[in-house]
Amino acid sequence: MKISMTVNGKAVSGEVEGRTLLSGFLREQLSLTGTHVGCDTAQCGACVVHVNGQAVKSCNMLAVEADGADVGTIEGQANADGSLNVIQQAFQDHHGLQCGFCTPGMVMSAAALLKDNPRPSEAEIRKYLEGNLCRCTGYHNIVKAIMAASGQDVGSIAAE
Amino acid sequence: MPKDSGIGASSKRREDVRFLTGAGNYTDDINVRGQAYVYFLRSDIAHGRINSVDTSTAEGMPGVVRVFTGKDFEGVGGMPCGWEVTDKHGAPMQEPPHPILAQGKVRHVGDPIVAVVADSLEQARDAAEAIDLDIEELPAVIDMKSAAQEGATLVHDDLKNNICYDWQLGEADDAKVNDVFANAAHVTTLDLVNNRLVANPMEPRVAVAEYSRGTDEYTLYTTSQNPHVIRLLMCAFVLGLPEHKVRVVAPDVGGGFGTKIFHYAEEAFCTFAAKACNRPVKWTASRSEAFMSDAQGRDHVSTIELALDADNNFIGLRTNTYANLGAYLSTFSSSVPTWLHGTLMAGNYKTPVIQVNVKAMFTNTVPVDAYRGAGRPEATFQLERVIDKAARELGVDPIALRRQNFVTQFPYDTPVALTYDTGDYNGTMDKLEAAADLAGFAARRAQSEAKGKLRGLGVNCYIEACGIAPSNIVGMLGARAGLYDAATVRVNATGSISVMVGAHSHGQGHETAFPQVVADMIGIDESMVEIVHGDTSKIPFGMGTYGSRSLAVCGSAMVKATEKVIDKAKKIAAHLLEASEADIELKDGQFSVAGTDKSVAWGDVTLTAYVPHNYPLEVEPGLEETAFYDPANFTFPAGAYACEVEVDPDTGQVTIEKFTAADDFGNIVNPMIVDGQVHGGIGQGIGQALLENCAYDENGQLLSASFMDYAMPRADDVPFYGVDHSSQTPCTHNPLGVKGCGEAGAIGSPPAVVNAVLDALNSGGRAVDHIDMPMSPSRVWTAMHG
Repeated sequence: MKISMTVNGKAVSGEVEGRTLLSGFLREQLSLTGTHVGCDTAQCGACVVHVNGQAVKSCNMLAVEADGADVGTIEGQANADGSLNVIQQAFQDHHGLQCGFCTPGMVMSAAALLKDNPRPSEAEIRKYLEGNLCRCTGYHNIVKAIMAASGQDVGSIAAE
Repeated sequence: MPKDSGIGASSKRREDVRFLTGAGNYTDDINVRGQAYVYFLRSDIAHGRINSVDTSTAEGMPGVVRVFTGKDFEGVGGMPCGWEVTDKHGAPMQEPPHPILAQGKVRHVGDPIVAVVADSLEQARDAAEAIDLDIEELPAVIDMKSAAQEGATLVHDDLKNNICYDWQLGEADDAKVNDVFANAAHVTTLDLVNNRLVANPMEPRVAVAEYSRGTDEYTLYTTSQNPHVIRLLMCAFVLGLPEHKVRVVAPDVGGGFGTKIFHYAEEAFCTFAAKACNRPVKWTASRSEAFMSDAQGRDHVSTIELALDADNNFIGLRTNTYANLGAYLSTFSSSVPTWLHGTLMAGNYKTPVIQVNVKAMFTNTVPVDAYRGAGRPEATFQLERVIDKAARELGVDPIALRRQNFVTQFPYDTPVALTYDTGDYNGTMDKLEAAADLAGFAARRAQSEAKGKLRGLGVNCYIEACGIAPSNIVGMLGARAGLYDAATVRVNATGSISVMVGAHSHGQGHETAFPQVVADMIGIDESMVEIVHGDTSKIPFGMGTYGSRSLAVCGSAMVKATEKVIDKAKKIAAHLLEASEADIELKDGQFSVAGTDKSVAWGDVTLTAYVPHNYPLEVEPGLEETAFYDPANFTFPAGAYACEVEVDPDTGQVTIEKFTAADDFGNIVNPMIVDGQVHGGIGQGIGQALLENCAYDENGQLLSASFMDYAMPRADDVPFYGVDHSSQTPCTHNPLGVKGCGEAGAIGSPPAVVNAVLDALNSGGRAVDHIDMPMSPSRVWTAMHG
C-alpha cells in the first residue's frame, strides 16, 4: 500500500507491505540509516524518532500508522547551517557517545525530554532514559550532556 | 594546566559528528546491488539428533534463491579455535568440530541448522517456516559439575568426556600446597559463581558478502573488531580461499566488548553463499538471535582458599574452577579460563604459593568466549571476595589487609607466570581513599541509617594483563596467532597524513586519540592526521582491538612508523638546509639546524619528498613508513575501586549511591576518552553485580533471550562515577608508557559492589558472608532472612 508522510520537513511517499515497520521504511526505502535497530522487543531505543512531535520507537510502529504524519529523524536534527544543534554539541563536548549506535535514539529522546521539561534534574533524566539502552558509556556522560544541553552547570560532576 | 592538543589533551572526538548526525556507516547500513537475504533456522532445543531435514517445500516458496543445510558444508572446514591449551597431564585439549551449519546433532538452542537465502528477509523467514525438521531430542547437559561426571551425556559423541581440558598453573606439587594450608594460622574458603553474561553491544552482528565472477574476488562487510583475523581464519581454516582474493571490511561497528572478536559461522556462510548463489548475501541478526548466537561471557564456578599466617600475611592461595565453554570452542574461548585468568590470580599481592586449577566443560549452551576483561574479572572477583571475607573473619580492616600484602618492589615475578614491570598499589589506594572520601563514610552511613537503609562500603583492587601480547610468549602458551600490531604512516605531498592501523575503533575513539600522538610527535595540528582502519585492502596486517591493546600495541607501531618518517624527513630537511642530518631538530612542525635560525617547514619537506627535484640522491622519494610492533611484555594496569550501596532491609533492593575508581593506566593520551572507557566498564560491572544473568533451564532453554528478560543496566540503575587517573606509573617497555584502559572498569567493579552489599548487611547485624551475582532483591532479601 502507498503511504505519504513528511520526514525532516520533506514530503515523501512509498509503497510498503502491511508488516513494514516505520524503522524499516526509514532505513530501507528512504535510506535514512541514522535510525538504528538494536533489538526486536522495543527495549533499546536506538530507533527513537519523533512522530508528530512525540518520541516514538520506530521499530514498534507500522509504517502505515505513520501515514500522513510529521516525522523527525536524527538526520534532521542539526542546525540549518549543518552545525550540531545544542543537544548534539553537548553530547560531543561531554563525550556522551562512544560507538555511536544508541546515539541517534539518545539524541531524539533527549530532545523530546527537553521540549517537555527544559531543565530536568539528574533523576528525571535517568528516569526518562529508561527506554534507551547504552552499553558503552555507563550513562555518565549522556546524563551529563543532557544536563549541559539544558543549560545546567555540570562542572561539579566528576571531572573529565 | 590541561593541554589543549596533542598527547594529554581531552580533544573532542571527531568521529562524533557523523554519529550525532546519522551519518555513520554501520554494516547494516550497507546494501549491495542485487543482494539476497539469509535467514538461519536455528535449533529450538538444546541437544538433539538430526534424523532428517526436508527443505523441498521451502525451496519452491516465493523469492527463495537457495536453501543450505549441513550437507552443503561437508568437506568445508569448521569454525577454528585459535588457542590450543595443554592440560596438566600434557595432553592437548579436546577440540571437537564446529560446522557452519549443524551436522548430525544440534548442541545448543540457537545452533544453526538450515540457511534460507531469498530475495527478501521476509520471504526467507516465510520459507524457513515450511522446513520440516525431524530432530530427536536428547538429554541436555547444562550444569558444569554434572557434565564432568562419569557417564554424563556427551555433548560431542566423539569425545571421551565433556572435559575440554583439566588445566593447572602455579605450584604443581600438591603436597607443598597442602603443607602451606596445614600450617596456616587462618584459612578462608569461599565458593562463588561468576555469572554468565551476554556482551550485548547495541549493534547486533551483521554480515554482507559479495563475490565478483570477473575477478574471483570476495568482499565481506562484517561487524568485527579485527578484520584481518577474520580474513585469515576464514580463508585458511574454513573456506580454503586465497587470502589475497578476499577483502574484509569492518566499517563503523556499534560496540564489541569482545564478542565481535570471533569468527562466526554466519560470516563464513555469507561469503560461501555469495559465490554459490552468485549474488551478494546479507545477514542481520535480530537481538533475539544475538542472544543465542553471540559468544557469551564468564560462567565460572569456583572454590578459592586463602591461607594467612599469624601476622595476616598471605602465604598461599588455591583455586578450583569449573569454566563453561558451551557447546563448541569459540575462537579464543580456551584461552579465557586459563592464560587470561590463572595468570592473574596473584592480583596485587605477594602471595608466595599459588595453585590454580581449571576444568573447562562442554555443555549444551551457547559458546562462551571473551567478554570485556575476559578471565581477568573472574580472577579479580575470586581474589577480592576471598580477601574481603578473610578480613571480616579476622576482624581487620579490609584496606589495611590489602595494603599489608601489596607487591611493592618491581619488577615482580608472580608465582603464576607474569612479570609485573611497574606499579604503585599503595599510591593508587591513597588516591582512592581521597577521591572516594572514605573518611566521610561513617557520616554517610549514619544518614542512610536515619532513613531506615543499610549502607555498605566495598573496596577492592584489581590488576590486569593488557597489551596482549608478546607473540613468542603467547605462542609457547598455545596461541595459534601472533599478537603484534601494525601501522603505516603515509605522509601526503601537502603534509597531511593518513595513518593506516591494524587496530579497530568501535567506540574507543581511535580516530581522535591516535592523531593526537602523531601530531604531537611532529608538531602539527591534529586535524592534519587521519586514521584509516577496518579494511584489509587499506591497512597493514594488524591483529585488531581487544584486551585493551590498541594504544599499547598498535599505538606503539604507529610511534615507530612515525619515528621512521621523521628520520627520513630529517634527511630531506638536512639536504634542503645544507646541514648535517645530525644537527636537524624537529619542533612545532619546523625542521631547524641546531644553534642557527635556518629552518624549513614540515610541508616544504613533505612536498620535496614527492617532488624530488632538489633532493638527496641516496634517499628514496616519498614519505611513507610501516612498522610492526610486538610487545616485550604485557602491560599491567591496576587500580582500587570503592562502592557505596544502600540496601532496603524490607525489600532487599540495592542502590549504588557512590562509585569511585582510582586507576593507574600509566601515561594517558586523551583523559576524556579514558574516563569514558572507565565509566562504561563500571556500568557493565554494576550490571553483572546487580542485574545481568544469562539463564538456562535444566533442559537448556535460554530463559533470558531478549532485553525483556536479560536485565541490562539502564540510566537509573547507576550513579555518576568518580574517576581518578592521577596515579601514573608509566609502562616501562612501550614507547608511549601506556597500559590500556578499556577493560579496567568491568574487571574492578563487580567485587566492589558485592563487598559493599555484604558490608551493608553485616552492619545491620546480618552475618552474611556471600551472595551470588546478580544480587537481585530476592537474593539479597533471602540472604538477610535465610
